Amino acid sequence: MAAKATEEQLLYANILNKGMLIGLLVLIITFIIYALGILAPRIPLGEVQNYWVMSVKDYLNASGMHAGWAWIGNLRYGDMLTFIPIAFLSGLTILCYAAILPGLIRKKDTAYVVIAILEIIVLTFAASGILGTGGH
Amino acid sequence: MIISPRHSKILFIMVLLSISILIAGNVFASADPSAAQEVVSASTAESQHAWWFWPLVLFILSFVLGIFAVLAGVGGGVLYVPIVSGFLPFHLDFVRGAGLIVALTGALAAGPGLLKKAMADLRLAIPVALIASTCAIVGAMIGLALPTNVVQTMLGGTILGIVVIMMKAKKSEYPDVQKSDALSQSLSIMGVYHEPTLGKDINWKIHRTPTGLVLFVFIGIMAGMFGLGAGWANVPVLNLVMGAPIKISVATSKFLLSITDTSAAWIYLNNGAVLPLMVVPSVVGIMLGSFIGVKVLAVTKPALIRIIVIVVLGVAGLKALQKGLWPDLI
Repeated sequence: MAAKATEEQLLYANILNKGMLIGLLVLIITFIIYALGILAPRIPLGEVQNYWVMSVKDYLNASGMHAGWAWIGNLRYGDMLTFIPIAFLSGLTILCYAAILPGLIRKKDTAYVVIAILEIIVLTFAASGILGTGGH
Repeated sequence: MIISPRHSKILFIMVLLSISILIAGNVFASADPSAAQEVVSASTAESQHAWWFWPLVLFILSFVLGIFAVLAGVGGGVLYVPIVSGFLPFHLDFVRGAGLIVALTGALAAGPGLLKKAMADLRLAIPVALIASTCAIVGAMIGLALPTNVVQTMLGGTILGIVVIMMKAKKSEYPDVQKSDALSQSLSIMGVYHEPTLGKDINWKIHRTPTGLVLFVFIGIMAGMFGLGAGWANVPVLNLVMGAPIKISVATSKFLLSITDTSAAWIYLNNGAVLPLMVVPSVVGIMLGSFIGVKVLAVTKPALIRIIVIVVLGVAGLKALQKGLWPDLI
């Protein structure tokens, strides 16, 4: 056995690498759009400091913001636009797992196929917002 | 311990910088999150800074934390959450949300290189990650449901526990694993990595897998509850309990965070506890800091930096305890 990464490991690494670079680049670009006011934010920049001292529940009540995936419907605002790369980076692992799944199935690596599918379900479940939105 | 004048100067600057940031944080912090409603209603000009002030402070602090994290061999998240929540005026909910994204992006950035070099092991990480990420969801939900003072107190206790672990924890370069257990054998968790210091390939296998997996239940819950990266707990369990070589443990732990923190991050994101104006300066700051940290590493004494980080973490842990138990004290 030689010190060499497996085929799945390399595939996972390549997707993670490209995804991370794209996500980080888009994060910086969207933040510049937000900070320079190229797209007006949903919450004016000067008012955000009034909200980050609150609990998330108070913030949602006071600002009238909706949690969960509500930002998707507000992408015309600069601050909401920034959630695209944040969600992308948070979802990158699901993409990597989905990519290595066919290779594991091909190798009849049943235990890892089951674990990988379970992981995709768990992460998708967490991302879906089914587990509750809106803070305490 | 002999320190050259050049090293002393660098250390002096770093200590000065960190102390000044901590003092500045204390002075500037309008601090009492319970007075949040009052802050909004009385958002008078004198209590307000320009919108970029706090993001800039976050960026600079995250940059410094990024340097320290690399030098001390800890994750950025474990420094970020207690220090930012302890000394800056952000509510713990948003600090934990930002802390998770910081730890997640750090792990995503490091993951590819570690996987390609076969230092992080996918077969070791996948079963562990399933347990930890599932429990991180539970931890995140508990953390967002509990009253802030309770979470703050528990965070303080946990940080002080981490300080003890950092001071006392031993490590084993190549643990003696006589026989791998049945579970790790059936999952084929074993591997080979090249050790440049020995100039040879090292075969490794693990044992006590069921015990290790149970411990990852608690690690996942704590990672989600406090928004901390959990490298401080991952590494001892992988290395000392399960018997993976220290380099495999450190690398796999770092990669593991990209999965564990993903699930918890989604819970905070879906609950509205992620503010881009906090997240982006923190992520960019800590990444740039890590980059500089790698360069500085060559000219500093990591052991001394580690002591400084332990002291700063200890102070942050005590501050979290004070904010949780006696919020009106300071």
